[in-house]
Amino acid sequence: MSELAQSSVAELGRLLAAKQVSAVELAELFLARIDAHRDLNAFLDVRPEATLAQARDADRRRAQGETGALLGVPMAHKDIFVTREWASTASSKMLEGYMSPFDATVVEQLRTAGMVCLGKLNCDEFAMGSSNENSAYGPVLNPWDKGAVPGGSSGGSSAAVAARIAPVATATDTGGSIREPAAFTGITGTKPTYGRPSRWGMIAFASSLDTAGLMTHSAEDAALVLSSMLGFDPKDSTSVDRPAEDCARDLAKPVKGLRIGVPKEFFGAGLSPDVEQAVRAALDVYRGLGAEIREISLPNAALGIPVYYVVAPAECSSNLSRFDGVRYGHRAKHHGDLADMIKRSRAEGLGPEPKRRILIGAYVLSHGYYDAYYLKAQQVRRLIADEFQRAFTECDVIAGPVTTTVAFGFGEKAADPVSMYLADLYTVPGSLAGIPSMSIPCGFGDKGRPVGLQLMANYFDEARMLGAAHQYQLATDWHKRVPAGF
Amino acid sequence: MVTYEASSDQAIRLRFPWFFPKILPMPLAIEDVARIAHLARIHISDEEAQRTLAQLNDIFAMIEQMRAVDTTGVEPMAHPLGGSQRLRDDVATEPDWREAAMRNAPAHENGLFLVPKVIE
Repeated sequence: MSELAQSSVAELGRLLAAKQVSAVELAELFLARIDAHRDLNAFLDVRPEATLAQARDADRRRAQGETGALLGVPMAHKDIFVTREWASTASSKMLEGYMSPFDATVVEQLRTAGMVCLGKLNCDEFAMGSSNENSAYGPVLNPWDKGAVPGGSSGGSSAAVAARIAPVATATDTGGSIREPAAFTGITGTKPTYGRPSRWGMIAFASSLDTAGLMTHSAEDAALVLSSMLGFDPKDSTSVDRPAEDCARDLAKPVKGLRIGVPKEFFGAGLSPDVEQAVRAALDVYRGLGAEIREISLPNAALGIPVYYVVAPAECSSNLSRFDGVRYGHRAKHHGDLADMIKRSRAEGLGPEPKRRILIGAYVLSHGYYDAYYLKAQQVRRLIADEFQRAFTECDVIAGPVTTTVAFGFGEKAADPVSMYLADLYTVPGSLAGIPSMSIPCGFGDKGRPVGLQLMANYFDEARMLGAAHQYQLATDWHKRVPAGF
Repeated sequence: MVTYEASSDQAIRLRFPWFFPKILPMPLAIEDVARIAHLARIHISDEEAQRTLAQLNDIFAMIEQMRAVDTTGVEPMAHPLGGSQRLRDDVATEPDWREAAMRNAPAHENGLFLVPKVIE
């Protein structure tokens, strides 16, 4: 049965279509694996009866003649997506036990496609963090090395897929929260163009950056599931009015002649030699496949981190003002008047990182500082986005490292916010621009921990990016490596 | 659940010195932290404010390098794909979730949210 758990989404779909396995059997298999690996702390809420009801429904739909590559395939949601049948907490004490009256659009889309939800996945509180250490419910362990972080904020999603306790998981990326954990756990993490998947029902952190995406075994699986997640949603005010598309259409396309831009700024001082070596070897694979590797420049990319730590906290301070202990969420037991109740409820319900970001945001938006910080950050954001547009006149996709190092150990950066923020040095520029980007496994570095290769493409060019990733995965087998014991 | 000591990463400070400038032109003072916490409606203890002060000054020192960039004439980017806010027809579209929503309220009565007395 463990072999079945190693199967990709595409393979599981074929087995279901051939009636070699039922959705209920698959749900039972993965629920048992989740239970057997509870020490990873990847899941926050598992309700077998709800999962099995969805699986029975998928089997019924198939018996009635419905087909569909995803019908009956199990998956799990990052606990940033609200769900009616599982608690939705954003890994915060503030929302402990919160039951949403509705499902997020992405949840609804994958349910319509017939996918079976295994439960909700741990993450950094309100998706703020790069190590999953900011979860109010404890950190997730990296299946490759239980002394290492699984990355963040989508650490439950990355660990679950790496450990094969879920074949695919949703995730969200604001500054690198899909790509960095995917790199740290040796899996494929995909962030599409900002505005393509709906934000409706994603607990908001920074609304001009928040993007839903996926953790999968492979680019092929990402293309398959992503095709069900895109499309216009009138309920999301920044949803792009553009039809869904087949993201798998370029998978078979050879990369011969593909122009791959490599930003020289991503290989400067600070990049760890083990990561550099694996990434350069991956570029050699592309060269061997006939792609043209050319150096490009993104001179302002390093300003991404300072810009991000103005823009994201500003938006976060506004979004998280809704948590006041009045309509939902934690309310302090002991308090004075209404204002004191709100202050104490927020002090008790929110963890240190969300509080820190709310304070930064409140400051940069406050009277007298708005122009110097917020407006300035928005201008530099434009410079960074424009640089990508210039780069894409010279190349079709951009490739480079995802992170400066392999996964770090628990506690290593926990007392030092700025060093933690640098984990997203190479992922934040693409987030600020809003372009699609992904991480694919490309080897192992220090202590045998995985290394990720980052691929980026221009707006709406997901299919080309996924095609380039798939061609690499046809030529290599890093994405098929599974940590020992799983 | 795994337990660990929170420490600070010295190696990264050496590898990326420019993100860790020693001097911040206008560092925040403890009164600033209290003022911001009030703006953000977050209760903060004196001890927490002290710890937060040091971290915020680290973060604002890192942010300084962005403020040095010449952005004359650059249009601010509020949203990756630009465009204006979409308007929809002015019709009720929300289903009635009242009961499901009230179930999450910390205190409620007769379909109303309860808060401490506001008007004496």
